[in-house]
Amino acid sequence: MNRPALKTLKKPLHIRDYPVGPSFEAGFLTTENSGWRSIRPVVDTDRCIGCWHCYLCCPDGTVFKNGRVIDIDYAFCKGCGICANVCPKEAISMVREHE
Amino acid sequence: MKQQKFISGNEAVAEGVRLASPHVIAAYPITPQTVVVERLAEMVEDGSLKAEFMHVESEHSALSACMGASALGARTFTATSSQGLLYLVECLHYASGGRFPIVMMNANRSLALPWSIYGDHRDSLSQLDSGWIQIYVEDAQESLDMVLQSFAIAEHPDVLTPVMINLDGFVLTHTYELVEIPDKEAVSGWLPPFKTNYAMDFVHPKNMGFSSQPSDNTEFKYQQHRAVLDSISVIEEVDASFGTAFGRSYGGLVEAYRCTDADLVVVSLGSTTGTCRTVVDDLRTTGWKVGVLKIRFMRPFPVEAVLNAIGHVKGVAVIDRDISFGYEGTVFTNVNSALSRGQHNIVKLNFIAGLGGRDISKSTIRTIFTKLQQGVEGEPVKTVEFIDLTVDTDE
Repeated sequence: MNRPALKTLKKPLHIRDYPVGPSFEAGFLTTENSGWRSIRPVVDTDRCIGCWHCYLCCPDGTVFKNGRVIDIDYAFCKGCGICANVCPKEAISMVREHE
Repeated sequence: MKQQKFISGNEAVAEGVRLASPHVIAAYPITPQTVVVERLAEMVEDGSLKAEFMHVESEHSALSACMGASALGARTFTATSSQGLLYLVECLHYASGGRFPIVMMNANRSLALPWSIYGDHRDSLSQLDSGWIQIYVEDAQESLDMVLQSFAIAEHPDVLTPVMINLDGFVLTHTYELVEIPDKEAVSGWLPPFKTNYAMDFVHPKNMGFSSQPSDNTEFKYQQHRAVLDSISVIEEVDASFGTAFGRSYGGLVEAYRCTDADLVVVSLGSTTGTCRTVVDDLRTTGWKVGVLKIRFMRPFPVEAVLNAIGHVKGVAVIDRDISFGYEGTVFTNVNSALSRGQHNIVKLNFIAGLGGRDISKSTIRTIFTKLQQGVEGEPVKTVEFIDLTVDTDE
């Protein structure tokens, strides 16, 4: 799987080292955003038929193919629930975090 | 080859834009700016200007389109006025914060309500805090020349800040004058194509217009402030180099007329300055020691230039074609603040005039000088006065 790599941004020490206006190298990820999630998708791999519908619909590209079934990249899943909603086999359930 | 044309202020702006060869023009017509948009559309149509003319449905979209093109490193131009300026205000801050060196012409016009298409400065002066460099020009020649200078200032790597050129609606936009049109090749030599390290392209994809956290936002705003302050020396360099190349320069941020030995000085923006000069010349023949200071740039505000030019005088009257309701004219606020950093105790008066297109006549300016003289002599005078009111107010 082609997971995004996190990079460390060194805080500039002088104003001349700041980006000029909000313009910076694309795809420079400094943090994961799993902390946004209040509910998380849990996959029942026995029910999953590998139709990849959720894979296509995930707005953040966090669903990936794991053999004949899907899996979730929890580091970037924001818990929107679209995957569970579109699943034709009800193989994904949304479970409250911290429970 | 350079030539002379008898054209309006609006047409002079269009000629300046043609010479500057922008890649993209996106604009929406509004009185009294419409002719600029019409002429530029014609120039693109007849091939004398090789630019992309984007037809948009609003001023907000016009400036947004300019930002998009500017993000790719394109030279861009737009023009607006009054209600149109206010409609694109959100994008003013976006463009300055994004450091897009867009040049925009604004035809100064009153703001509704009551609805009015005639001139005053309430539209642009309400946007002093938007991060744009603001220029106020006096005639058609200066309009054309400042379009060219504006691109050089905006695109300078130490500045990268958008510039708004303000022309008095009708008085300047619709008045015809003989204007010298510089040679296209000479302009291309003086104003090379825009080059920036911050443009987006396929080889170096960029994340543009991102958000910032409290830990960084202040630094971005400080950076913008520094860039506008640093533009002061760039403005002076560009004006001098323009003078060498084309034989005309404007003195940088202010233009002082007969101020050196003056006791009383009137401060003005834009086209009113010409009338002030005439009155100064008249009064000088009868022994008055008077002068006029034209403020050419309201941002960056020329604190040092104002102090150098009029910091020594006895009385200063600021003519404001605007009013910050409940306080005073905005030009006065700025001039007063600058003069307060000087050594001398100066009588400072503010005259609100020329709102909604009302003429500022020679007699108005003579009255202003008379009242300023009374103030200097210690007679009771109002600090902020609506001059030329046509009714009794019991004040």
